[in-house]
Amino acid sequence: MLELIQDYWVYFLIGQYPNGPLGGLALTLLLASLGLLLAFPIGLAMALARVSPWRALRWPAMGVIYTVRGTPLLMVVFWAYFLIPSLTGVKTSQFTTMLAALVVFDGAYLAEIMRAGIQGLPKGQMESARSCGLSWLQAMRFVVLPQALRHMLPSLINQFVSTIKETSLGYVVSLSEVSFIASQISAQVLTRPAEIYGLLALTYFILCFGLSRWAFWLERRLARRDPTVPVVTPP
Amino acid sequence: MIKLEAVNKWFGDYQALVDINESVAKGEVVVICGPSGSGKSTLIRTLNRLEPIQSGRIMIDGQDIHAPGLDINEFRSHIGFVFQQFNLFPHLSALGNCTLAPTQIRRLKPAEARERAMALLDRVGLAHKANAMPSELSGGQQQRVAIARALAMQPPLMLFDEPTSALDPEMVGEVLLVMRDLARDGMTMVCVTHEMGFAREVADHVLFMDAGKVLERATPDDFFNRPQHPRAQQFLADIRSPFDAQR
Repeated sequence: MLELIQDYWVYFLIGQYPNGPLGGLALTLLLASLGLLLAFPIGLAMALARVSPWRALRWPAMGVIYTVRGTPLLMVVFWAYFLIPSLTGVKTSQFTTMLAALVVFDGAYLAEIMRAGIQGLPKGQMESARSCGLSWLQAMRFVVLPQALRHMLPSLINQFVSTIKETSLGYVVSLSEVSFIASQISAQVLTRPAEIYGLLALTYFILCFGLSRWAFWLERRLARRDPTVPVVTPP
Repeated sequence: MIKLEAVNKWFGDYQALVDINESVAKGEVVVICGPSGSGKSTLIRTLNRLEPIQSGRIMIDGQDIHAPGLDINEFRSHIGFVFQQFNLFPHLSALGNCTLAPTQIRRLKPAEARERAMALLDRVGLAHKANAMPSELSGGQQQRVAIARALAMQPPLMLFDEPTSALDPEMVGEVLLVMRDLARDGMTMVCVTHEMGFAREVADHVLFMDAGKVLERATPDDFFNRPQHPRAQQFLADIRSPFDAQR
Protein backbone atom coordinates (compact mmCIF):
# COMPACT_ATOMS: atom_id res chain seq x y z
CA MET A 1 0.00 0.00 0.00
CA LEU A 2 2.64 2.50 1.09
CA GLU A 3 4.88 1.84 -1.88
CA LEU A 4 1.86 2.22 -4.12
CA ILE A 5 1.30 5.69 -2.70
CA GLN A 6 5.01 6.45 -2.85
CA ASP A 7 5.22 5.51 -6.51
CA TYR A 8 2.10 7.12 -7.79
CA TRP A 9 1.07 10.04 -5.53
CA VAL A 10 2.34 12.76 -7.84
CA TYR A 11 0.62 11.16 -10.84
CA PHE A 12 -2.55 10.77 -8.76
CA LEU A 13 -2.51 14.42 -7.69
CA ILE A 14 -1.51 16.25 -10.89
CA GLY A 15 -1.36 13.69 -13.71
CA GLN A 16 1.51 14.10 -16.17
CA TYR A 17 1.97 17.78 -15.33
CA PRO A 18 4.40 19.55 -15.92
CA ASN A 19 5.57 17.19 -18.67
CA GLY A 20 2.05 16.78 -20.02
CA PRO A 21 -1.42 18.18 -19.43
CA LEU A 22 -2.67 18.75 -15.90
CA GLY A 23 -4.63 15.80 -14.54
CA GLY A 24 -5.52 13.88 -11.41
CA LEU A 25 -7.10 15.38 -8.33
CA ALA A 26 -5.96 18.88 -9.31
CA LEU A 27 -7.86 18.63 -12.57
CA THR A 28 -10.93 17.28 -10.78
CA LEU A 29 -10.96 20.25 -8.43
CA LEU A 30 -10.25 22.73 -11.19
CA LEU A 31 -13.04 21.30 -13.30
CA ALA A 32 -15.53 21.31 -10.44
CA SER A 33 -14.66 24.88 -9.37
CA LEU A 34 -14.68 26.28 -12.87
CA GLY A 35 -17.89 24.39 -13.67
CA LEU A 36 -19.74 25.77 -10.67
CA LEU A 37 -18.30 29.26 -11.18
CA LEU A 38 -19.46 29.42 -14.80
CA ALA A 39 -22.78 27.76 -13.98
CA PHE A 40 -23.48 30.42 -11.37
CA PRO A 41 -24.43 33.32 -13.71
CA ILE A 42 -26.38 30.93 -15.92
CA GLY A 43 -28.25 29.51 -12.93
CA LEU A 44 -28.93 33.01 -11.65
CA ALA A 45 -30.28 34.16 -15.00
CA MET A 46 -32.54 31.11 -15.28
CA ALA A 47 -33.71 31.47 -11.67
CA LEU A 48 -34.59 35.12 -12.25
CA ALA A 49 -36.42 34.21 -15.44
CA ARG A 50 -38.25 31.48 -13.53
CA VAL A 51 -39.56 33.82 -10.79
CA SER A 52 -40.07 36.82 -13.05
CA PRO A 53 -43.58 38.19 -13.65
CA TRP A 54 -43.15 37.68 -17.42
CA ARG A 55 -44.44 34.46 -18.89
CA ALA A 56 -42.23 34.80 -21.99
CA LEU A 57 -39.22 34.41 -19.69
CA ARG A 58 -40.72 31.97 -17.21
CA TRP A 59 -41.75 29.24 -19.62
CA PRO A 60 -38.55 28.82 -21.66
CA ALA A 61 -36.49 28.79 -18.44
CA MET A 62 -38.80 26.18 -16.97
CA GLY A 63 -38.50 24.10 -20.14
CA VAL A 64 -34.70 24.13 -20.07
CA ILE A 65 -34.49 23.42 -16.35
CA TYR A 66 -36.93 20.50 -16.47
CA THR A 67 -35.28 19.00 -19.55
CA VAL A 68 -31.80 19.11 -18.07
CA ARG A 69 -32.93 17.94 -14.64
CA GLY A 70 -34.78 15.08 -16.27
CA THR A 71 -31.64 13.94 -18.11
CA PRO A 72 -28.71 11.90 -16.77
CA LEU A 73 -25.43 13.80 -16.77
CA LEU A 74 -23.88 11.06 -18.91
CA MET A 75 -26.24 11.99 -21.72
CA VAL A 76 -25.38 15.67 -21.41
CA VAL A 77 -21.71 14.67 -21.67
CA PHE A 78 -22.44 12.73 -24.86
CA TRP A 79 -24.32 15.69 -26.29
CA ALA A 80 -21.44 17.99 -25.50
CA TYR A 81 -18.98 15.50 -26.95
CA PHE A 82 -20.74 15.09 -30.29
CA LEU A 83 -22.75 18.29 -30.59
CA ILE A 84 -20.20 21.03 -29.84
CA PRO A 85 -17.69 19.96 -32.52
CA SER A 86 -20.41 19.58 -35.12
CA LEU A 87 -21.76 23.04 -34.28
CA THR A 88 -18.45 24.88 -34.06
CA GLY A 89 -16.52 22.79 -36.58
CA VAL A 90 -13.55 22.70 -34.22
CA LYS A 91 -12.41 19.66 -32.29
CA THR A 92 -13.15 20.31 -28.64
CA SER A 93 -10.74 19.22 -25.93
CA GLN A 94 -11.96 16.71 -23.36
CA PHE A 95 -11.68 19.35 -20.68
CA THR A 96 -13.86 21.82 -22.57
CA THR A 97 -16.38 19.10 -23.39
CA MET A 98 -16.72 18.09 -19.76
CA LEU A 99 -16.77 21.70 -18.60
CA ALA A 100 -19.57 22.57 -21.02
CA ALA A 101 -21.60 19.58 -19.86
CA LEU A 102 -21.11 20.49 -16.20
CA VAL A 103 -22.02 24.13 -16.75
CA VAL A 104 -25.29 23.20 -18.45
CA PHE A 105 -26.11 20.52 -15.90
CA ASP A 106 -25.18 22.53 -12.80
CA GLY A 107 -26.78 25.66 -14.24
CA ALA A 108 -30.14 23.94 -14.14
CA TYR A 109 -29.64 22.65 -10.60
CA LEU A 110 -28.34 26.00 -9.37
CA ALA A 111 -31.34 27.69 -10.93
CA GLU A 112 -33.64 25.56 -8.80
CA ILE A 113 -31.59 26.20 -5.66
CA MET A 114 -31.68 29.93 -6.32
CA ARG A 115 -35.37 29.91 -7.12
CA ALA A 116 -36.04 28.22 -3.78
CA GLY A 117 -33.82 30.78 -2.07
CA ILE A 118 -35.62 33.70 -3.67
CA GLN A 119 -39.08 32.33 -3.03
CA GLY A 120 -38.13 31.38 0.51
CA LEU A 121 -37.88 35.03 1.53
CA PRO A 122 -40.99 36.58 3.08
CA LYS A 123 -43.21 38.11 0.40
CA GLY A 124 -43.17 41.39 2.28
CA GLN A 125 -39.58 42.02 1.24
CA MET A 126 -40.43 42.28 -2.44
CA GLU A 127 -43.61 44.19 -1.64
CA SER A 128 -41.93 46.80 0.52
CA ALA A 129 -39.10 47.21 -1.98
CA ARG A 130 -41.61 47.75 -4.79
CA SER A 131 -43.63 50.10 -2.59
CA CYS A 132 -40.59 52.36 -2.27
CA GLY A 133 -40.65 52.65 -6.05
CA LEU A 134 -37.83 50.22 -6.85
CA SER A 135 -38.28 48.35 -10.12
CA TRP A 136 -38.53 44.55 -10.06
CA LEU A 137 -34.90 44.23 -11.09
CA GLN A 138 -33.71 46.81 -8.56
CA ALA A 139 -35.71 45.10 -5.82
CA MET A 140 -34.08 41.78 -6.79
CA ARG A 141 -30.62 43.25 -6.88
CA PHE A 142 -30.64 45.35 -3.73
CA VAL A 143 -33.15 43.60 -1.49
CA VAL A 144 -33.98 40.02 -2.44
CA LEU A 145 -30.75 38.55 -3.84
CA PRO A 146 -28.37 39.82 -1.13
CA GLN A 147 -30.52 38.00 1.43
CA ALA A 148 -31.34 34.96 -0.68
CA LEU A 149 -27.72 34.31 -1.68
CA ARG A 150 -26.63 34.30 1.94
CA HIS A 151 -29.28 31.78 2.82
CA MET A 152 -28.27 29.66 -0.17
CA LEU A 153 -24.61 29.37 0.80
CA PRO A 154 -24.93 25.90 2.37
CA SER A 155 -26.81 24.62 -0.69
CA LEU A 156 -24.17 26.05 -2.97
CA ILE A 157 -21.47 24.15 -1.10
CA ASN A 158 -23.53 20.97 -1.34
CA GLN A 159 -23.88 21.56 -5.06
CA PHE A 160 -20.10 21.86 -5.23
CA VAL A 161 -19.88 18.45 -3.56
CA SER A 162 -22.19 17.03 -6.24
CA THR A 163 -20.11 18.66 -8.94
CA ILE A 164 -16.90 17.09 -7.63
CA LYS A 165 -18.51 13.66 -7.87
CA GLU A 166 -19.94 14.47 -11.29
CA THR A 167 -16.49 15.21 -12.73
CA SER A 168 -15.74 11.48 -12.51
CA LEU A 169 -17.92 11.05 -15.60
CA GLY A 170 -15.09 12.77 -17.48
CA TYR A 171 -13.80 9.20 -17.57
CA VAL A 172 -16.04 8.40 -20.54
CA VAL A 173 -14.39 11.06 -22.70
CA SER A 174 -10.92 9.97 -21.44
CA LEU A 175 -10.41 13.16 -19.48
CA SER A 176 -7.52 12.51 -17.11
CA GLU A 177 -9.33 13.50 -13.93
CA VAL A 178 -8.68 11.57 -10.76
CA SER A 179 -10.90 8.53 -11.50
CA PHE A 180 -9.37 8.11 -14.92
CA ILE A 181 -5.86 8.38 -13.44
CA ALA A 182 -6.77 5.76 -10.84
CA SER A 183 -7.86 3.39 -13.60
CA GLN A 184 -4.58 4.07 -15.42
CA ILE A 185 -2.59 3.28 -12.31
CA SER A 186 -4.63 0.14 -11.80
CA ALA A 187 -3.91 -0.92 -15.36
CA GLN A 188 -0.19 -0.42 -14.85
CA VAL A 189 0.00 -2.20 -11.50
CA LEU A 190 -2.49 -4.85 -12.63
CA THR A 191 -2.74 -6.80 -9.36
CA ARG A 192 -4.09 -4.37 -6.80
CA PRO A 193 -7.35 -2.79 -8.01
CA ALA A 194 -9.06 -3.02 -4.60
CA GLU A 195 -6.43 -0.88 -2.91
CA ILE A 196 -6.22 1.63 -5.73
CA TYR A 197 -9.95 2.15 -6.03
CA GLY A 198 -10.19 2.10 -2.24
CA LEU A 199 -7.76 5.01 -2.10
CA LEU A 200 -9.74 6.77 -4.80
CA ALA A 201 -12.96 6.34 -2.84
CA LEU A 202 -11.26 7.58 0.32
CA THR A 203 -10.05 10.66 -1.51
CA TYR A 204 -13.54 11.53 -2.74
CA PHE A 205 -14.98 10.80 0.68
CA ILE A 206 -12.61 13.02 2.63
CA LEU A 207 -13.17 15.89 0.22
CA CYS A 208 -16.94 15.61 -0.03
CA PHE A 209 -17.60 14.74 3.58
CA GLY A 210 -15.48 17.66 4.74
CA LEU A 211 -17.31 20.08 2.48
CA SER A 212 -20.70 18.70 3.52
CA ARG A 213 -19.86 19.18 7.17
CA TRP A 214 -18.79 22.74 6.43
CA ALA A 215 -22.11 23.36 4.69
CA PHE A 216 -23.97 21.87 7.64
CA TRP A 217 -22.06 24.06 10.06
CA LEU A 218 -22.84 27.15 7.98
CA GLU A 219 -26.50 26.19 7.83
CA ARG A 220 -26.66 25.87 11.61
CA ARG A 221 -24.93 29.19 12.06
CA LEU A 222 -27.27 30.98 9.65
CA ALA A 223 -30.30 29.45 11.34
CA ARG A 224 -29.07 30.64 14.72
CA ARG A 225 -28.53 34.18 13.50
CA ASP A 226 -31.81 34.56 11.72
CA PRO A 227 -34.36 31.99 12.83
CA THR A 228 -37.20 33.64 10.92
CA VAL A 229 -35.95 32.80 7.46
CA PRO A 230 -35.70 29.15 6.48
CA VAL A 231 -32.38 28.00 5.15
CA VAL A 232 -32.61 26.54 1.68
CA THR A 233 -32.01 22.82 1.57
CA PRO A 234 -31.24 21.27 -1.77
CA PRO A 235 -34.25 20.08 -3.79
CA MET B 1 -56.07 63.77 -3.72
CA ILE B 2 -57.45 60.22 -3.85
CA LYS B 3 -60.63 59.37 -5.66
CA LEU B 4 -62.12 55.90 -6.00
CA GLU B 5 -64.91 55.36 -8.50
CA ALA B 6 -66.95 52.15 -8.45
CA VAL B 7 -63.98 50.01 -7.48
CA ASN B 8 -64.59 46.26 -7.46
CA LYS B 9 -62.15 43.52 -6.64
CA TRP B 10 -62.48 39.76 -6.59
CA PHE B 11 -60.22 37.04 -5.24
CA GLY B 12 -61.48 34.27 -7.51
CA ASP B 13 -65.19 33.97 -6.72
CA TYR B 14 -64.92 36.01 -3.57
CA GLN B 15 -65.68 39.70 -3.93
CA ALA B 16 -63.29 41.54 -1.64
CA LEU B 17 -64.30 45.10 -2.55
CA VAL B 18 -67.82 46.03 -3.58
CA ASP B 19 -68.44 49.18 -5.53
CA ILE B 20 -66.26 51.54 -3.50
CA ASN B 21 -66.75 55.27 -4.12
CA GLU B 22 -64.64 57.38 -1.83
CA SER B 23 -62.36 60.37 -1.86
CA VAL B 24 -59.62 61.74 0.34
CA ALA B 25 -58.72 65.41 0.22
CA LYS B 26 -55.22 66.81 0.45
CA GLY B 27 -54.08 67.10 4.06
CA GLU B 28 -56.88 64.87 5.24
CA VAL B 29 -56.37 61.96 7.64
CA VAL B 30 -58.73 59.07 7.01
CA VAL B 31 -58.92 56.05 9.26
CA ILE B 32 -60.40 52.85 7.89
CA CYS B 33 -61.79 50.46 10.46
CA GLY B 34 -63.99 47.40 10.51
CA PRO B 35 -63.94 43.71 11.43
CA SER B 36 -61.21 41.44 10.07
CA GLY B 37 -61.84 40.24 6.56
CA SER B 38 -63.88 43.33 5.77
CA GLY B 39 -61.51 44.43 2.99
CA LYS B 40 -59.68 47.26 4.77
CA SER B 41 -56.19 46.04 3.95
CA THR B 42 -57.21 45.05 0.45
CA LEU B 43 -58.57 48.54 -0.12
CA ILE B 44 -55.45 50.32 1.04
CA ARG B 45 -53.26 47.94 -0.97
CA THR B 46 -55.12 48.80 -4.16
CA LEU B 47 -54.11 52.45 -3.70
CA ASN B 48 -50.49 51.83 -4.69
CA ARG B 49 -51.35 48.89 -6.94
CA LEU B 50 -50.03 46.20 -4.65
CA GLU B 51 -53.42 44.62 -5.41
CA PRO B 52 -54.98 44.85 -8.86
CA ILE B 53 -58.66 45.73 -9.21
CA GLN B 54 -61.11 44.20 -11.66
CA SER B 55 -63.26 47.23 -12.37
CA GLY B 56 -63.60 50.89 -11.49
CA ARG B 57 -61.12 53.69 -11.38
CA ILE B 58 -58.63 54.98 -8.83
CA MET B 59 -57.34 58.51 -9.33
CA ILE B 60 -54.46 59.90 -7.31
CA ASP B 61 -53.59 63.53 -7.86
CA GLY B 62 -55.78 63.48 -10.95
CA GLN B 63 -53.88 60.54 -12.43
CA ASP B 64 -55.64 57.26 -13.20
CA ILE B 65 -53.27 54.80 -11.53
CA HIS B 66 -54.19 52.01 -13.94
CA ALA B 67 -53.66 54.11 -17.04
CA PRO B 68 -51.59 52.24 -19.62
CA GLY B 69 -48.12 53.70 -19.93
CA LEU B 70 -48.05 54.89 -16.32
CA ASP B 71 -44.58 54.47 -14.85
CA ILE B 72 -45.58 52.34 -11.87
CA ASN B 73 -42.25 52.74 -10.09
CA GLU B 74 -42.24 56.51 -10.43
CA PHE B 75 -45.86 56.55 -9.24
CA ARG B 76 -45.17 54.36 -6.21
CA SER B 77 -42.15 56.44 -5.22
CA HIS B 78 -44.56 59.28 -4.39
CA ILE B 79 -46.62 57.19 -1.98
CA GLY B 80 -45.27 56.08 1.38
CA PHE B 81 -46.49 52.66 2.47
CA VAL B 82 -46.11 51.26 5.98
CA PHE B 83 -46.78 47.55 6.53
CA GLN B 84 -48.13 45.67 9.49
CA GLN B 85 -45.00 43.49 9.54
CA PHE B 86 -42.62 46.48 9.10
CA ASN B 87 -40.78 44.65 6.29
CA LEU B 88 -37.49 46.39 6.94
CA PHE B 89 -34.64 45.09 4.81
CA PRO B 90 -32.83 42.90 7.38
CA HIS B 91 -29.45 43.05 5.62
CA LEU B 92 -29.31 46.85 5.80
CA SER B 93 -28.90 49.11 8.82
CA ALA B 94 -31.67 51.50 9.84
CA LEU B 95 -29.85 54.19 7.90
CA GLY B 96 -29.32 51.89 4.91
CA ASN B 97 -33.04 51.14 4.84
CA CYS B 98 -33.75 54.85 4.58
CA THR B 99 -31.15 55.66 1.92
CA LEU B 100 -31.65 52.77 -0.52
CA ALA B 101 -34.59 54.12 -2.50
CA PRO B 102 -33.48 57.79 -2.49
CA THR B 103 -30.05 56.89 -3.87
CA GLN B 104 -31.34 54.35 -6.38
CA ILE B 105 -34.46 56.13 -7.60
CA ARG B 106 -33.97 59.82 -6.89
CA ARG B 107 -30.24 59.55 -7.68
CA LEU B 108 -29.40 61.42 -4.52
CA LYS B 109 -25.72 61.59 -3.65
CA PRO B 110 -24.91 59.25 -0.73
CA ALA B 111 -24.02 62.15 1.57
CA GLU B 112 -27.24 63.94 0.75
CA ALA B 113 -29.36 60.82 1.20
CA ARG B 114 -27.64 60.12 4.49
CA GLU B 115 -28.29 63.63 5.72
CA ARG B 116 -31.96 63.41 4.79
CA ALA B 117 -32.27 59.97 6.37
CA MET B 118 -30.61 61.12 9.59
CA ALA B 119 -33.04 64.03 9.83
CA LEU B 120 -35.96 61.62 9.44
CA LEU B 121 -34.56 59.10 11.91
CA ASP B 122 -34.20 61.99 14.31
CA ARG B 123 -37.81 62.94 13.67
CA VAL B 124 -38.98 59.46 14.65
CA GLY B 125 -36.64 59.55 17.65
CA LEU B 126 -34.13 56.99 16.41
CA ALA B 127 -31.09 58.99 15.29
CA HIS B 128 -29.04 57.12 17.89
CA LYS B 129 -29.99 53.80 16.26
CA ALA B 130 -29.00 54.79 12.72
CA ASN B 131 -26.35 52.09 12.46
CA ALA B 132 -28.34 49.35 14.17
CA MET B 133 -29.52 46.39 12.14
CA PRO B 134 -33.27 45.73 12.13
CA SER B 135 -32.79 42.56 14.19
CA GLU B 136 -31.31 44.69 16.96
CA LEU B 137 -34.37 46.94 17.16
CA SER B 138 -37.63 46.41 19.01
CA GLY B 139 -40.85 46.12 17.03
CA GLY B 140 -41.82 49.70 17.77
CA GLN B 141 -38.39 50.94 16.72
CA GLN B 142 -38.53 48.88 13.53
CA GLN B 143 -41.89 50.34 12.64
CA ARG B 144 -40.62 53.86 13.26
CA VAL B 145 -37.66 53.17 10.96
CA ALA B 146 -40.15 51.88 8.38
CA ILE B 147 -42.03 55.18 8.63
CA ALA B 148 -38.76 57.11 8.21
CA ARG B 149 -37.92 54.92 5.20
CA ALA B 150 -41.25 55.78 3.59
CA LEU B 151 -40.79 59.48 4.37
CA ALA B 152 -37.32 59.48 2.81
CA MET B 153 -38.94 59.65 -0.63
CA GLN B 154 -40.77 62.82 0.52
CA PRO B 155 -44.17 61.46 -0.49
CA PRO B 156 -47.20 63.76 -0.34
CA LEU B 157 -49.31 60.77 0.70
CA MET B 158 -48.76 58.08 3.33
CA LEU B 159 -50.62 54.78 3.58
CA PHE B 160 -50.57 52.75 6.80
CA ASP B 161 -51.75 49.14 6.78
CA GLU B 162 -52.40 48.19 10.42
CA PRO B 163 -49.09 49.70 11.53
CA THR B 164 -49.48 48.76 15.19
CA SER B 165 -51.22 45.38 14.98
CA ALA B 166 -48.00 43.36 15.14
CA LEU B 167 -46.60 45.32 18.08
CA ASP B 168 -46.43 44.50 21.76
CA PRO B 169 -48.87 46.76 23.61
CA GLU B 170 -46.19 48.92 25.21
CA MET B 171 -44.80 49.85 21.79
CA VAL B 172 -48.03 50.94 20.17
CA GLY B 173 -47.88 54.41 21.67
CA GLU B 174 -44.51 55.44 20.26
CA VAL B 175 -45.63 54.56 16.72
CA LEU B 176 -48.97 56.33 17.08
CA LEU B 177 -47.24 59.47 18.36
CA VAL B 178 -45.03 59.57 15.27
CA MET B 179 -48.14 59.18 13.12
CA ARG B 180 -49.96 61.90 15.00
CA ASP B 181 -47.08 64.33 14.53
CA LEU B 182 -47.07 63.50 10.86
CA ALA B 183 -50.77 64.28 10.64
CA ARG B 184 -50.27 67.57 12.45
CA ASP B 185 -47.64 68.53 9.91
CA GLY B 186 -50.33 68.31 7.26
CA MET B 187 -49.52 64.93 5.70
CA THR B 188 -52.33 63.30 3.76
CA MET B 189 -52.80 59.92 5.41
CA VAL B 190 -54.92 56.82 5.02
CA CYS B 191 -54.62 54.44 7.97
CA VAL B 192 -56.11 51.03 8.45
CA THR B 193 -56.04 50.61 12.20
CA HIS B 194 -57.83 49.19 15.22
CA GLU B 195 -56.59 52.03 17.40
CA MET B 196 -59.86 53.79 18.07
CA GLY B 197 -58.18 56.33 20.34
CA PHE B 198 -55.98 57.36 17.44
CA ALA B 199 -58.99 57.58 15.12
CA ARG B 200 -60.87 59.73 17.62
CA GLU B 201 -57.98 62.09 18.16
CA VAL B 202 -56.29 62.37 14.78
CA ALA B 203 -58.67 61.38 12.00
CA ASP B 204 -60.71 63.85 10.00
CA HIS B 205 -62.93 61.05 8.79
CA VAL B 206 -63.55 57.45 9.71
CA LEU B 207 -64.55 54.88 7.12
CA PHE B 208 -66.30 51.82 8.45
CA MET B 209 -66.09 48.74 6.26
CA ASP B 210 -67.74 45.36 6.35
CA ALA B 211 -67.88 42.58 3.75
CA GLY B 212 -66.05 44.66 1.17
CA LYS B 213 -68.39 47.64 1.43
CA VAL B 214 -67.92 51.05 2.99
CA LEU B 215 -70.96 51.25 5.25
CA GLU B 216 -70.29 54.54 6.91
CA ARG B 217 -68.19 57.63 6.44
CA ALA B 218 -68.33 60.07 9.30
CA THR B 219 -66.32 62.41 11.46
CA PRO B 220 -64.85 60.67 14.51
CA ASP B 221 -67.31 62.50 16.73
CA ASP B 222 -70.30 61.27 14.76
CA PHE B 223 -68.89 57.80 14.24
CA PHE B 224 -68.09 57.08 17.86
CA ASN B 225 -71.05 58.90 19.44
CA ARG B 226 -73.79 58.58 16.83
CA PRO B 227 -73.02 55.65 14.53
CA GLN B 228 -75.75 55.34 11.91
CA HIS B 229 -75.36 51.88 10.41
CA PRO B 230 -76.46 49.00 12.65
CA ARG B 231 -73.33 47.04 11.74
CA ALA B 232 -71.18 49.96 12.90
CA GLN B 233 -73.14 50.20 16.16
CA GLN B 234 -72.59 46.49 16.67
CA PHE B 235 -68.87 46.79 15.87
CA LEU B 236 -68.38 49.64 18.32
CA ALA B 237 -70.19 47.72 21.02
CA ASP B 238 -68.11 44.60 20.33
CA ILE B 239 -64.70 46.28 20.48
CA ARG B 240 -65.51 47.83 23.83
CA SER B 241 -63.97 45.63 26.49
CA PRO B 242 -66.68 43.86 28.50
CA PHE B 243 -64.80 44.95 31.60
CA ASP B 244 -65.40 48.62 30.77
CA ALA B 245 -69.16 48.10 30.61
CA GLN B 246 -69.96 49.38 34.05
CA ARG B 247 -68.07 52.61 33.63
